Amino acid sequence: MSVQTSGRSRPHSYRRPVSVWWWLRKPTYLLFVLRELSSIFIAWLVAFLVIMVFSVGRGADSYGGFMDWAGQAWVVVINVVAFAFAALHTVTWFLLTPKAMALRVRGRAVPARAAVIGEYVVLAIVTVFVLWLVLR
Amino acid sequence: MTLQAAAREAEESITLEVTRYEPDGDTEPHTQSYEVPLRKDWTVLDGLNYVKNSLDPSLSYRWSCRMGVCGSCGMNVGGRPSLSCGTFLSDFAPGPVRVEPLSNFPVIRDLVVDITDFLEKLPTVKPWIIRDDGDVDVHAGEFLQTPAELDAYSQFSSCINCMLCYSACPVYGLDPDFTGPAAIALAERYNLDSRDQGARERLDVLIEREGLWGCTFVGECTRVCPKHVDPASAIQRYKLKAAQESVRAVLLPRGA
Repeated sequence: MSVQTSGRSRPHSYRRPVSVWWWLRKPTYLLFVLRELSSIFIAWLVAFLVIMVFSVGRGADSYGGFMDWAGQAWVVVINVVAFAFAALHTVTWFLLTPKAMALRVRGRAVPARAAVIGEYVVLAIVTVFVLWLVLR
Repeated sequence: MTLQAAAREAEESITLEVTRYEPDGDTEPHTQSYEVPLRKDWTVLDGLNYVKNSLDPSLSYRWSCRMGVCGSCGMNVGGRPSLSCGTFLSDFAPGPVRVEPLSNFPVIRDLVVDITDFLEKLPTVKPWIIRDDGDVDVHAGEFLQTPAELDAYSQFSSCINCMLCYSACPVYGLDPDFTGPAAIALAERYNLDSRDQGARERLDVLIEREGLWGCTFVGECTRVCPKHVDPASAIQRYKLKAAQESVRAVLLPRGA
C-alpha cells in the first residue's frame, strides 16, 4: 500500500508523540521531577515552622495544642517524607550551584568541588548555631 | 569453505535493532534487526556502514567525518543520544543494540531527522560577534585577547550542532518552541567573548518565555554533550544575568 503524494510536496515526516510518562524513561529525568516536587514539601515545612512560631507566640496553651496536633501519626508521616525531600532538595541544588554561578576569587575560577564543599560548611555552621539556640 | 569465510563464521556478531521509516509507505516506524560483526574497534556507525554495504543498501542515516567532529551522526543508541561514530559496539555486548533516530525531531527517513527547526532558531540568537562601534576597519589590526579572556568562552565554542542536547531535552520535546540548549549556549559563547558587544540584543530575544526561562534545568543536555560544552550551565548563568538585568532596569529606569 502506498500513500498518495502529490508531485512536488515533500515526503511526510513522522513526529513521535511524547509520552505523559517521559519522566520515567531515565533515572536522571525521574530525579529531576523529584527535585522539582521537593519544593512542595519545602513549602509545607515553611508553613509548619511559621505556624509553630505563631503558636509559641500565643503562649504555653497554644504551643501545647500545636504539639498535640503535630504528634498525630499522619503529621509525623508527612514530616518524615518532607524531611527526606528536603534532604534531596539540599543535595541536588548544592550540586547544581556551581553550574549556575561561575565564581571567581582573585581572577581565578573557583573549582566546582570547592564551591559545593563551601555550601556544606555553611550548612554545618548554621545547623550548629540552631542546635545551640534550641538546646542551650 | 574458503579461509576467509571460515574466519567470518568464527567471528562474534551482535544484533543491531534499527528503526526504519519509509515516508512514502509507512505511517509509523518499525524495527528491523541486522547481525553485524562484533569487532573490538567497531563503532555503531561502523556497524551501520556494514549493514548498508553488505546487507541492506536501503538503510538511510547521516554521517561524515566518523571522528566526532562534524556532528552529523547523532542517534539514540540504547536509548541515549550519542554520536554513533564515538559509541562502541563492544560496550553493548552481547547485545542487541537499539539504534533509533534522535528524539524530539520529525523523522524524514529511517535514522535521518529534520533539524530545520534548529537551523531557523540559531540565527535568532545572533551567534556572531556584534560591535556597536560601527564599521570596524579590518586593516587596523586584530582584537587581541588575553588567555583569561579566551578561557571565559572557549568551552562554549566547541559546539558541533550535533543536536544530541535537543534530543535529550524533555522541555524541547514537550514544547518545540523552546529555543533550546545549543542555541542558548552559543548565544552565551558570544556574550562571554571580550570582543563582542551584542549581549543586549541577544537578551531581547532570549528573555522571552520560550527563550531562557523555558529551561527547567533538567541538565540532561550537559550529560549527553560529546564536546563537554555544558549547555545547562550556560543557560543557568545566562538566567542569573537576565535576572540581574531586570532588577537593574527596575532600580535604574533610565538605562543606566
